[in-house]
Amino acid sequence: MDLTFHPETDFKLLLAVPLIPLCGYIIQIFLGRFLPRKGDWVVTTGMFATMCITVYMFAKALNHQMGGGGHGGEHEAETAVLSFFHESKDIGFSWNWLYNAPEILQSPELAAKMQNLTVGLLYDGLGSAMLAVVGIVSFFVHLFSMGYMKGDHRYHIFFANISLFTVAMLSLILSDNILFLFIFWEVMGLMSYLLIGHFSHDPKSHRITHAAAACKKAFLTTRIGDCCLLIGFMMFFYNYGTFGFHELWAFTTEDVAANGWQAWHHTAGLFLFGGTVGKSAQFPLHIWLPDAMEGPTPVSAMIHAATMVAAGVFLLGRVYPMLSPEVLTVVTATGALTAIFAATIGMTVYDIKGVLAYSTISQLGFMVAAIGTGGLGLVAGLFHMVTHAFFKACLFLSAGSVIHGCHHEQDMRKMGGLRRKMPITFICMLVCTLAIAGMPMFSGFYSKDKIVQSTMMANELAPSWATAFAGLALPLAASLTAFYMFRLIIMTFFGKPKDQHVHDHAHESPLPMTIALTALAFLGMFGGQFWLANMDIMGSHATWFETLVGYDAHHGLSVFEGMYPGITLQNTYLGVESAAALTKVGADAHHSALILSLTVAGLGILVAFMAYQWKVRAFSPEKFTSTIAPIYRTVLNKYYIDEFVNKTFIRLSMVVAYVFKWFDETIIDGIVNTVGRLNRILGTIMAWFDKTFVDGLVNLVGALSNGFGAALRLIQTGRIQQYVSFAVAGGLATVAWLLLF
Amino acid sequence: MENILSVITFIPFIGMLIICCLPKNSVGLIKGVALVATGIPLILATQLYFGYDPMAGADGAYAYVEQIDWITGIGAQYHVGIDGISLPLVWLTSILLFLGVPASFGIQKSQKAYYALLLLLEVGVFGVFISLDYFLFYVFWEIMLLPMYFLIGIWGGPRREYAAIKFFLYTLAGSVLLLIAVIALRLQMTDIAPETPFSIPAMVAAASEGLLTGASLPNGGLLLGMEFSTWAFWFLFIGFAIKVPVFPFHTWLPDAHVQAPTPISVILAGILLKLGGYGMMRACFPIMPVAFYENAYILAILGVISIVYGSFVALGQTDFKRMVAYSSVSHMGYVLLGVGAMTVWGAEGAAMQMFAHGTSSAAMFMVVGVIYDRAHHRDLNGFGGLSQPMPVYWGLTTICFFAGLGLPTMSGFIAEALTLVGAFQSDDIRFQALVLISIIGVVITAAFLLWAIQRVFLGTLNEKYKDYPDMNFREIFCMVPLLILCIVFGIFPNLILDVMHPSLDHLVTLLTAGGN
Repeated sequence: MDLTFHPETDFKLLLAVPLIPLCGYIIQIFLGRFLPRKGDWVVTTGMFATMCITVYMFAKALNHQMGGGGHGGEHEAETAVLSFFHESKDIGFSWNWLYNAPEILQSPELAAKMQNLTVGLLYDGLGSAMLAVVGIVSFFVHLFSMGYMKGDHRYHIFFANISLFTVAMLSLILSDNILFLFIFWEVMGLMSYLLIGHFSHDPKSHRITHAAAACKKAFLTTRIGDCCLLIGFMMFFYNYGTFGFHELWAFTTEDVAANGWQAWHHTAGLFLFGGTVGKSAQFPLHIWLPDAMEGPTPVSAMIHAATMVAAGVFLLGRVYPMLSPEVLTVVTATGALTAIFAATIGMTVYDIKGVLAYSTISQLGFMVAAIGTGGLGLVAGLFHMVTHAFFKACLFLSAGSVIHGCHHEQDMRKMGGLRRKMPITFICMLVCTLAIAGMPMFSGFYSKDKIVQSTMMANELAPSWATAFAGLALPLAASLTAFYMFRLIIMTFFGKPKDQHVHDHAHESPLPMTIALTALAFLGMFGGQFWLANMDIMGSHATWFETLVGYDAHHGLSVFEGMYPGITLQNTYLGVESAAALTKVGADAHHSALILSLTVAGLGILVAFMAYQWKVRAFSPEKFTSTIAPIYRTVLNKYYIDEFVNKTFIRLSMVVAYVFKWFDETIIDGIVNTVGRLNRILGTIMAWFDKTFVDGLVNLVGALSNGFGAALRLIQTGRIQQYVSFAVAGGLATVAWLLLF
Repeated sequence: MENILSVITFIPFIGMLIICCLPKNSVGLIKGVALVATGIPLILATQLYFGYDPMAGADGAYAYVEQIDWITGIGAQYHVGIDGISLPLVWLTSILLFLGVPASFGIQKSQKAYYALLLLLEVGVFGVFISLDYFLFYVFWEIMLLPMYFLIGIWGGPRREYAAIKFFLYTLAGSVLLLIAVIALRLQMTDIAPETPFSIPAMVAAASEGLLTGASLPNGGLLLGMEFSTWAFWFLFIGFAIKVPVFPFHTWLPDAHVQAPTPISVILAGILLKLGGYGMMRACFPIMPVAFYENAYILAILGVISIVYGSFVALGQTDFKRMVAYSSVSHMGYVLLGVGAMTVWGAEGAAMQMFAHGTSSAAMFMVVGVIYDRAHHRDLNGFGGLSQPMPVYWGLTTICFFAGLGLPTMSGFIAEALTLVGAFQSDDIRFQALVLISIIGVVITAAFLLWAIQRVFLGTLNEKYKDYPDMNFREIFCMVPLLILCIVFGIFPNLILDVMHPSLDHLVTLLTAGGN
């Protein structure tokens, strides 16, 4: 198999990646209901083809980074950093989006000041990993849905929508400019709106009203973030006149190298980050994500793993060179706060999907915080996004399998002892729980360990209040993660059945669902380490992701050549004197991080077992919650943030709306009506004056004026045609008079 | 065809004459004539649109020009032509009027008069868009007013007379201001272009040479401390702003919309509002570039107030149609913001917004019409769960509302994004602040549209409505072409921007020259 990337042919293949599911969507939306099995196989087959292409292309990228790719000796040199970065513009494979008429493009005077937008594809290491993840996860979610959604009354629409959802994410990854990223970002918002609201049309569903509210909430909350993103890149466009990622990186870093970070860089960077806060559910815009549980479980798996929330983190990867150190401080702080805050809520939730929802928010906090610390943290955060996509998709699908098996029971207090009834689901979920808890040899360990390491490095190299906070909050949150995830496992699968009725009817899920689960669990286990360069457990080793994006700790300062080729980052490791110094800091942090992450994960799991399985008295959850009852109530109510938002922002908007409405109807329209009424009164007075005085004096004049008064009255009675003729005639007479004299 | 513009304009007039001659009760024939008389202009305008050479509008030139003397005594000419600004609107007019005919098939009251007036309205609208002579422009402007008054006043809802008179008097007040300004300009032109004193291109040319300042008037044109051109500018602006409508001249709009029958609302929102924006771009700003330059930020402020205020008032509505009407106020605010910024993208965003809003809001009024025909009320809180009996209706409404809230891949997004990014590009910090404020409108627009969807379509089905039939073929036929246009121009904006670009580029050059 030829694993060399040929831009001329391979970009066409990459274009097919979003186009295949798009065709699937179009077929499905129009013909789905007439096809056998309501067309689920059409989109699923399409997704399978897409997955194959993305994996094939990913193999090409990885092959190149491993030193293959046909360049031979060039990259053999010890210090060379491999970079896999291709823009289809370079080979002329692009699209003049705003103006395309040859006459206009060739007109010299128009072309000189024209701001056209040339759109192409961007395929780099990060994109290749993301694309493959989305392709794989989406395909298995499609497969899972064939079993899970059976009997749904809008089965074909569901498959159409979930397919378009994937199209939006795939296109977003391939976009080479931020405007197109924004376009697909918003399309994804629409699709999540439709999918979260899937049950709001189903009269048989008990979720019908909740789903209707949840989908609106999701769209509006994320749209606040979207507007921030729009403002952010608008500011960059104003200053640099481009939307293209590569140009933006280059212009920003050159500008900053010459003039330093300016005030607008901070503002614009914060607005860009606002997009991530909305889409990736960071505090305080996280409120939509738990409610998004109202959608069908496969949709939750998509939203929480491959699409939607991943897009926000992916955006950070794309705009990272444009974020000033000050902005990155805010990013770190927000991420760390979200991680710890959501983890505390996750410990109190009883809804099996609710636990997973808060764990997603918490894990996203890890990613965002890591990216904020920069350098290795950027790589670690993005890597965590990849591994998290596998194990979180699997966890959600397992939860879906449990819910399916228990006939739509979601309360963990009614489950228990399910491991014998649903062995495959149990094993898959256990594997992925170990992964999310950060147990060695499971994928999550490799990324989470790197995150902890990166915060330690940041505390060493560029300490700030945010890195100090992250250094404390992230290990603590990791420990809580291990705790509440095992709480979930124990309550669901271990112990005695709490509700005999649920238990008796529980059953293992059908084949398509278990295949999807097993495949994702496999990736959740091995997705972090399936290929390790320089295998060296205790020393410095690079995971496949680091190789893919061209990050190599040994190369120190030039590390980001791989992700941002030709760019000298102005926000990363600025104070570091030499590559050797950086390597030393990295190696020191690596050892402490390894010990720390193992300890916290182990502690979390241990406490979970003591509290829920072995029921050690000192660790009894009931006793503990009653000692800290007020705090527990606050956490149980999600810190009252929803209530706060309802009482402030939403109520404020409605008050403004009603005040403006009153103002419009009473004041503005009142003035208009008063003017009308005054005119009528004036007309009446004139008519009266006319009749009494003028008419009495001069009959001839009086008669004329009478007609005038009557005409004025007529205005208000509706015979307007006369009035117009008068107006036009009057106008014409004026013109004539002015012309003649 | 050399005189294709006249053909397009007067075919509906011939149709109107034929309908007038037909017997009152041959309803089928009347509808047929109306369809043909709007269908032929549609075909011709489509041909015109896709056969148009974009460079025909470069440097302020016009295509398909016809120029003959008309009223020689005052120098008025029959002078018509199109460029990249008017052509999309001509096409939009032909589409909406054609769709307006089948959309009116449900109307039972004196159909003969109805279709005759509808065709007369089309003549007036086409006339305004193609006129290059200010006198002709004014005549068509007034022609269009009359049928609209009757269409609301006779075929409207319970408070139709109030609404019709309010609409008429309000618009007439604007017309009077327009007329005064036109006469003043005409008098100024006597010396500058004695052959064609009403010609709009001649006025624009004179203005760009700095001639239309009223210097020959006593006191140098200064009246109450304001320059002649500033007076003329504000008179024309208010005349057009009433039509747009711009805050605070907008209150006729909700009343007119709520009382008008569905197809008339569609045409009112889809086309008549565009006449205001078009009038400004064609016959106000380039004629008074200096006054425009000085007051551009005031216009942009009015635009932003319309955007934000309109969206909040829409959020507070309980009447479905009033909500959509206020969303029009909000959307048309972008037109002023975009043009006011005097950047190419801003102006193109504004021009595109007129087209995009013409399709999306027209479709929105059709949405309201569909449910009103069934439920005979428009109370947003009185529905619920309608997506269950009417899935197609829900689907089309969702597309339409997302087009309205400016979802990317829909033309509304291109328009809003170009407007906002274009206005933000202005070097004037005030415009950047205004863009940031107008973003509030973007969020609130999403809020009221999605809330409306939730209240009408989602959740538990109201038992009263469980037997409602889904949209019929005629209703689907009227709405789908508009939604297709929204999507096609959203994905391929070059199809419309190519046409508009040379003309708007020239317009922006003229306007920015006002600062020198």
